Amino acid sequence: MKIVVTLRKIAERIARTSSFRLTLLAVLSAMVVGAFIIVLSDINKLQNGDILGAIKTVGSAYWALVIGSVGSLRAISATINSATPLILCGVSVAVAFKAGLFNIGATGQMLAGGMAALWVGFAMDGPGFVQVPLAVLAGALGGAAYGAIPGILKARTGAHEVITTIMLNNMAGFLVLWLLKTNLYQREDRTDPISKLVTAPGHLPRLFGFMDNRPDLIAHAGFVVAILAVIVYSWFLNRSTTGFEFRAFGMNADAAQYAGMHTKRLTVMAMMFAGGFAGLAGSAEVLGTYGYASQNFAGNIGYDAIAIALLGRSTPLGTLFAALLFGALQAGGRQMQANTDVPIDLIVVLRALIVMFIAAPLLIKAIWRIKVEPTSLGQAFRGQGS
Amino acid sequence: MQLELRGITKRFPGVTANDNVNLTLKTGEVLCLIGENGAGKSTLMNVLYGMYKPDEGQIVLDGESVVFTSPADAIAAGIGMLHQHFMLVPVFTVAENVVLGVEPTGRLGSLDIDKAREMVREVSDRYNLNLDPDAIIEDLPVGVQQRVEIVKVLLRDAKVVVFDEPTAVLTPKEIIEFFEIVKTLIAAGRGVVFITHKLKEALNVADRIAVLRRGQVVGEVNPKAASESQIAEMMVGRPVQLIVDKKPHAPGEVVLEVKDLSVVDADGRTMVDHVSFNVRAGEVVGIAGVQGNGQTELVDALTGLRNSTRGSVALDRQDITSASPRVRHAKGIAHIPEDRQRQGLVGGLSVAENLVLTRYHDEEFSNGIIMDWPAAHHAAENLIAEYDVRTPSPDVEASTLSGGNQQKVIVARELSRPLRLSIAAQPTRGVDVGSIEYIHSRIIKERDTGTAVLIVSTELDEVMALSDRLLVMYRGKIVADLDPKVTSAMDVGLYMAGSRPSNTVNA
Amino acid sequence: MSAVDAVVAPLISAEQRKQARSVGFTLVVLGIVAAFVLGNRPGDAGFKLVDSYIFVIPAQPFARILALVLIALGAAQLLKGFGKWTNVVLGIAAATFVISFLAWAASGGSFSFTGMLQDTVTRSVPIILGAIAGIVCERSGIINIAIEGQLLGSAFAGAVVGSLFGPWAGILGAIAMGVALSAILAVFSIRYRVDQVIVGFAINFFALGLTSFLAARVLTEHPDYNILSPLRPIALPLLSDIPVIGVVLFTQTLFVYFAYMAVAIATWSLYHTKWGLRTRAIGEYPKAAGTLGVDVIKLRYRNVLIAGAVAGVGGAWWPIGMVGRFDQNITNGRGFIALAAVIFGRWHPVGALSAALVFGLAEAIQLKMSNLDTGIPSEFLLMAPYLVTLVVVAGFVGRSRGPKAAGQPYDAQ
Repeated sequence: MKIVVTLRKIAERIARTSSFRLTLLAVLSAMVVGAFIIVLSDINKLQNGDILGAIKTVGSAYWALVIGSVGSLRAISATINSATPLILCGVSVAVAFKAGLFNIGATGQMLAGGMAALWVGFAMDGPGFVQVPLAVLAGALGGAAYGAIPGILKARTGAHEVITTIMLNNMAGFLVLWLLKTNLYQREDRTDPISKLVTAPGHLPRLFGFMDNRPDLIAHAGFVVAILAVIVYSWFLNRSTTGFEFRAFGMNADAAQYAGMHTKRLTVMAMMFAGGFAGLAGSAEVLGTYGYASQNFAGNIGYDAIAIALLGRSTPLGTLFAALLFGALQAGGRQMQANTDVPIDLIVVLRALIVMFIAAPLLIKAIWRIKVEPTSLGQAFRGQGS
Repeated sequence: MQLELRGITKRFPGVTANDNVNLTLKTGEVLCLIGENGAGKSTLMNVLYGMYKPDEGQIVLDGESVVFTSPADAIAAGIGMLHQHFMLVPVFTVAENVVLGVEPTGRLGSLDIDKAREMVREVSDRYNLNLDPDAIIEDLPVGVQQRVEIVKVLLRDAKVVVFDEPTAVLTPKEIIEFFEIVKTLIAAGRGVVFITHKLKEALNVADRIAVLRRGQVVGEVNPKAASESQIAEMMVGRPVQLIVDKKPHAPGEVVLEVKDLSVVDADGRTMVDHVSFNVRAGEVVGIAGVQGNGQTELVDALTGLRNSTRGSVALDRQDITSASPRVRHAKGIAHIPEDRQRQGLVGGLSVAENLVLTRYHDEEFSNGIIMDWPAAHHAAENLIAEYDVRTPSPDVEASTLSGGNQQKVIVARELSRPLRLSIAAQPTRGVDVGSIEYIHSRIIKERDTGTAVLIVSTELDEVMALSDRLLVMYRGKIVADLDPKVTSAMDVGLYMAGSRPSNTVNA
Repeated sequence: MSAVDAVVAPLISAEQRKQARSVGFTLVVLGIVAAFVLGNRPGDAGFKLVDSYIFVIPAQPFARILALVLIALGAAQLLKGFGKWTNVVLGIAAATFVISFLAWAASGGSFSFTGMLQDTVTRSVPIILGAIAGIVCERSGIINIAIEGQLLGSAFAGAVVGSLFGPWAGILGAIAMGVALSAILAVFSIRYRVDQVIVGFAINFFALGLTSFLAARVLTEHPDYNILSPLRPIALPLLSDIPVIGVVLFTQTLFVYFAYMAVAIATWSLYHTKWGLRTRAIGEYPKAAGTLGVDVIKLRYRNVLIAGAVAGVGGAWWPIGMVGRFDQNITNGRGFIALAAVIFGRWHPVGALSAALVFGLAEAIQLKMSNLDTGIPSEFLLMAPYLVTLVVVAGFVGRSRGPKAAGQPYDAQ
């Protein structure tokens, strides 16, 4: 009962805030621009004068987007699966933002965490209730350790985290490539960089595992980890003393120092937490989605996460919803690519447009000629200097 | 040139900053615009300078109505302004700052920096301002920076010069020099508008005084026929107590002992230079001095925000030279920082959160890991009531409060616990008269309960009024230890400028 | 005052001491690496300078002598310091170390040293131009994180327009795309006051998504839209006849010459013109310029658009200066490297040029290394430039300060 009441309260709050309306309008605006892009790039049809046909493609593409993301249990499962690492990396970027730091390094931290989790994944062989938590924990620790590096560098030397995290991302990519060729990681019968398989008890359980004969429902317990991470993040931010320190430090570093907070320690901690969440994302991918690691298992998730954290204004709920939206677009995009000749890359464009429109409430207001309270996203981080 | 403002009204969301203001300025006179912080003086001048568009009313120059849409228009019409915060690019040279916007150019749009130097030298010599065109602004004392601002205005041939709080950052000696410059301007046939909240100066320099309150001109007075308290009452709208009411002090044991302290800043400059002094329980020690003479660094070193390179600091005979701010806080040191926006508050956090900013780790508000927000909230409500903080609720962002109320939040947070030593830097900067009175009475009350109090202020009147003992800081050294009851402001001013009164009373 | 107090040692700040210390440690570490890693492979390394001359360095003795010198220099720095010569010493030490490294890698064989340097210059072009775009923006107070997107977008436009109408039209097309993407940055950050970092990132995604989308949807079906012959190197008369340097610097495509010019013009304009004075003013303290009648908003718009045009040429380098086609995500993070070069070079065009050349060298070494057998995993060599950047940024650049007003929207009121 209590949960229902809480959920209703949350729903009411969302409906009341202008940011909800703003998000809807931003999504709508992005879809309109996206439609133009689909039509204008349909060169063959346009050359034949088949404008109506080109417009029809828009309809079927968007319909596929909806069907592929929420149209069936299978679609919902795909959305959940895509959203899982996005939620975790989104929280990673968000927690750093809250402390005034710009974590571009979620990709590298994800790789580090994933490799750590993977090792536990193939080195142990059950029992699952020990191995899985251990592997997930290893992932978090691996990510945290890798995230600590830019934190320590910033605290000790002032090296800007934007540069250091980009460099560490590139380095992580090569480290993973090297590891995948070592005897420790490389699959015995392979010469290409691909890892050993996670043992059967080490896999994250499938969410819909209780349903018979549905191997297509790929969502796994990583989603539960992600939801827990959001709850932990929310609790941390609003209830813990360190969370309070993060918020004060992120908004005004001078005041934090004045108030006696250990700002260097906070810098390191913020990057470690960020790395930990990203590491969880890496372990979810390795232990849940793939069951092994290839060179590029982190993909673009770390960069998408920046957009997610910006979109969700770094709040726990905002980040969760933004990640679910991005996950839905990802899942729907695959369906769209399969059903029509519209490539999945369209969703990257849509995501960019959504972020841009959300960030500019004044623009949305001008386009739709409505009254929206001017909520700004505020300064995302404290500039490049200092 | 005659300048008239007719019926100027400027509204911002929620406030009318200027309400039907009428003013006239003739050539060769000094019009003083006096009023409290927030009375609308700066808004009015920004309207005049083309930075704000007035909602109603007009600006009339020599009988002709003009419309300024940008500062460029105002400059072209012969209006020059010296803003309260200097509009100088800190990393540029004097010459670069002066010619910005009217750059002399050579071929291909190249900057003729020699010509620029020439221009600065020429104006500087003519008005006897003594400026080096190649000096970098951030290396210059504020008094010199102000002269750069004056050269900027003169170079653009301003007929009307507006000074916005020009004396706030100057030493008494520099103020005298400044008034000399004003006289030269008047003699050269220019009109001067002088904005201030300091009554003495207004009476001293003005030909006419216009008093602004809540956006309206509430009266014009003749400085020859008016008294300070009369004008103060017009400014505030009620009788004001100009002197701090305090009992004679009863100093107890030594609480703070500073011995031979030196502090070096990030660029290697010695900012605090072998400083030694004591503060006793139940005593207010004031540190006077012009901004930038090491007070900031001294306070930072006393509160643990900056390392000292030499010397020691002891509280109740315990050495705290290298203790962290947190430890000092726990030992009963309160710190009201000089810049509340930068240090004292986190604007984006709520009033309640700001009220525990330095105390959130106390047992009262957390167990070390988890915050007890209900307790913090409860405490906040009490403090808001006790310290008369005007806020709609404890949950609004601190940045939405007025300057005076923000300062009360800080004072409430810092003074609302048992203390041994209270350090207050510029406690009333940019605060309205009502809040100043309140904050002063709070500080004296703290002294009377036996706390040692250290006040650092560049407002000479303030430190003179509050202190039981007055130290003067100049170039990082304590150059005088005075009894404010028997010392004249003029003598303190001389110490602040680095010289020594001829008939020394005590030193 | 006692007599002791009168003797005051010149005080230097903790920051400066720390920096001097890290220089010393770096020299020592380089020395140790030289002794134990670079000194472990016997054999002569041939550095081919011109076709007829190969300069031979005995790898092992060279590394060992270098190791001794570096450790000595490091010790001297730690004990006494080189004062204003510190950076010179460090620069020469680093250059010698790189040569020793190359000798180590190539020991027992030879490689074209001149060719590698030529590659260095070629490959630094988009980084240089991207960095100039970043500097022009940030000096005017607009953070430009969108360099990557601008490069990628204009690479695409350059490829398509170039394939249809020739390389010159392609360059114009690329410039147009760079300006268009810059216009988005300008309008959102200046007019709509959106956080500049957010818009920047959104533009990067937008450019990545749009170019990938169009490449997949249009270019795969119409391969004739995506093929052109890149510009050929032009040997500058006289200058290209200088041995080694002539090949490295003056036998290059127009893009390289444009990059030289861009650095020179940007440096001169920023520090010696009216435009530069105003630009730096609006990046440091826009209100000071605004109250003197400078139209801050207009100047910011103009500068952001200029930056877009420069980045546009940088983007055109891929299809028109190098590979003759567009591929998905062809820029592969070079825009971010350019951003690092901006910060690395302390917002100065010449500084950014040096940083870009370091990154260019790293890329060129990577190319060469894949042909040489060094006995250690190639991944570590590939990683080296990023590690070096990390060390340099942490050790020497530290808290470099950008234009103060960068990132803050300007309010004329």
